[in-house]
Amino acid sequence: MNLTNLIFGIYPYIALTTFLVGSVIRFDREQYTWKADSSQLFEKEQLQKGSILFHIGVLALFMGHFAGLVTPHSWFLGWGVSDMMHQVVAISAGAAFGSLCMMGGVILWKRRMYNSRVRSNSRFMDIFILNWILVTLGIGLLTIPVSIYHAFNGDASVMIALAEWVQGMLLLNANPEMLTGVGFIYKLHLFLGMTVFFLFPFTRLVHVWSAPFSYVWRPYQLVRTKFVKRR
Amino acid sequence: MKVRANFSLVFNLDKCIGCHTCSVTCKNVWTNRKGVEYAWFNNVESKPGVGYPKNWEDQEQWNGGWELVNGKLQLKSGNRRNILRNIFMNPNMPTIDDYYEPFTYDYAVLQNSPLLEATPTARPRSLIDGQRMEKIEWGPNWEDDLGGKFKMRGQDANFADMEKQVYAEFEQTFHMYLPRMCNHCVNPACVAACPSGSIYKRAEDGIVLVDQDKCRSWRMCISACPYKKMFYNWESGKAEKCTGCYPRVESGLPTVCSESCVGRIRYNGVMLYDADRIEELASIPDDQDLYQAQLDLFLDPNDPDVIKQAKEDGIPESWMEAARQSPIYKLIVDWKVAFPLHPEFRTMPMVWYVPPLSPVQSQIDQGNIELSQDGMIPKIESLRLPIQYLANMLTAGKEEPIVLALKRMIAMRSFYRSLNVDGETNLAVLEEVGLNEDQVRDMYRYMAIANYEDRFVIPTSHEELHQEDFHSFQGQNGFSFGNDGCSISPEASLFPDKRKSTGDNLEFVRYHPAAKRSDGEKA
Repeated sequence: MNLTNLIFGIYPYIALTTFLVGSVIRFDREQYTWKADSSQLFEKEQLQKGSILFHIGVLALFMGHFAGLVTPHSWFLGWGVSDMMHQVVAISAGAAFGSLCMMGGVILWKRRMYNSRVRSNSRFMDIFILNWILVTLGIGLLTIPVSIYHAFNGDASVMIALAEWVQGMLLLNANPEMLTGVGFIYKLHLFLGMTVFFLFPFTRLVHVWSAPFSYVWRPYQLVRTKFVKRR
Repeated sequence: MKVRANFSLVFNLDKCIGCHTCSVTCKNVWTNRKGVEYAWFNNVESKPGVGYPKNWEDQEQWNGGWELVNGKLQLKSGNRRNILRNIFMNPNMPTIDDYYEPFTYDYAVLQNSPLLEATPTARPRSLIDGQRMEKIEWGPNWEDDLGGKFKMRGQDANFADMEKQVYAEFEQTFHMYLPRMCNHCVNPACVAACPSGSIYKRAEDGIVLVDQDKCRSWRMCISACPYKKMFYNWESGKAEKCTGCYPRVESGLPTVCSESCVGRIRYNGVMLYDADRIEELASIPDDQDLYQAQLDLFLDPNDPDVIKQAKEDGIPESWMEAARQSPIYKLIVDWKVAFPLHPEFRTMPMVWYVPPLSPVQSQIDQGNIELSQDGMIPKIESLRLPIQYLANMLTAGKEEPIVLALKRMIAMRSFYRSLNVDGETNLAVLEEVGLNEDQVRDMYRYMAIANYEDRFVIPTSHEELHQEDFHSFQGQNGFSFGNDGCSISPEASLFPDKRKSTGDNLEFVRYHPAAKRSDGEKA
């Protein structure tokens, strides 16, 4: 077994399993630690700029990656989305939201490292995961010039290879061979990104699972009774 | 009609001496730990003053509480979608400096210092980042006894519509204490604002609590509470608040702040209200009608219809008896001497206040003050505390109810003075304020003497009735089976910590979907 096999054949499953099982275990056993862990009490102005930009960016990036990578190639063709068009959309949306996310992330990073209240309130994992996400994001942004080069040459093979590798992986059939023609920078981004999932249950990122959409249709007042009848 | 009982309090401000014993006992019990050093579930403010956190009463700044939008109740911080939109950054949330930066002192320096010319000093240090604090700029009670300039305390929101500059004059200055805690509101804004639904009002006693496991630190409650009595624990990342000392109250004991009150100003008891009318009465258009609206919400525990419905709604007989003996009911409904704090926030608070009379003695001696007919007790108009100020605080600016309450308190003094000094019952002073002799004797017993058993009428929560075998409580304390109360549900835990098929009669359910229902819906 070589390194490629390990990272792109086995590691995705380690990361995904840790992500899912780890989240469930933490929710079950340590729900008290399940929180966004806001530091707004200590600092508001930087958070306003940083947090909003970062969250809009990161949510759009997640959804973009998900739609672009998981949708089968034939579906795109069926919808009349040519590979060229797909590339242009992926590159421009990725660049736009990636930049927003990076701007926000850098503001948040500066705030976390240099505001002494926020810094001293940070756990090791808070700083570690922020750094990790920013590096992943940075490498992701660096893939854009390469992708632009591919698009100019009308070459969609890397994009298709990446999507098919992801789809194969999700169908429990990860084939590292597919990534042979894919540049190192993409592979690095893949590794870093998978590791975000691996780290996810050990960080404050778990709050993503709890995005409170149900609030929109919930009644305002909640009353609980301490005792329920024995069923 | 749907009868619900609420554990409620009245604070008799006329007797508050501003000693902060309530705050200190509360802190020692509930907030003496990391992350909530700055939090005071109970605090005592000197009024006029901006209070804690700064300027909390000004909802133009903080957007706390409710407002009417097209005749419908809505959180002042926005509709549900707006609240979710603000989830990445809550624009209305105070920061630590709006409370104060918690600090300690380098006490060790005093002991470890080498021999010096000068006395060693213990300098302050932040409890947040551990850094040296050169100067402490604000504290939990910085304005104690009118400390500081009038320019600062003059920003008090209760000066609305008043010529406040007059009170900057030394001769015109006035002062009162305002002890504050969670109001355990009937229409709580914190509950309504919580995106994850972790805050709830208990059906049994109306105490508002935060489910610590369900809180996700979205922090909308912190700003939605117009009284700013919801606190963010920066260590745990969870909202924490006054628990109404529920472990004590469940056992029939008063809250620690009430128990320890030196001035005996705090009353604990039960109030009944009609849960079906909350929304209707909280949406009355005119702010000044909200005091009356909340009076209308309360139910008379002697009314046969109420008794019948209460039985159907599962209110225990001991609670009905407590409601009939409730000192709260007497002060609020019978004598109308207690008022809700800022009814215009529309949360329908359940901690009410008897407004303070204020000193005039030296003015009487100098003959500057108009006196009532007994020649000793001043007329209410000559009191030092402006009525408008009290009204802005307690009745959204409506003066008549405050005037009546103060007159009744003065009439009580007048009556007892004539009784004790002249040896005669002066009923004329009572007629003027619509009281009879029995009532005033009761008022005297409850407000002047204020014995322990009159102040605190608290039924227990009857845990024993909810157990088929209450001996099963034995062995519930001390050693546990580990990781208490921290699983998705007791039934569906990933790593079950209890054997299900063996006998376990403890029916306490920490969180159960069936135990959750809204006010708007029938259970």
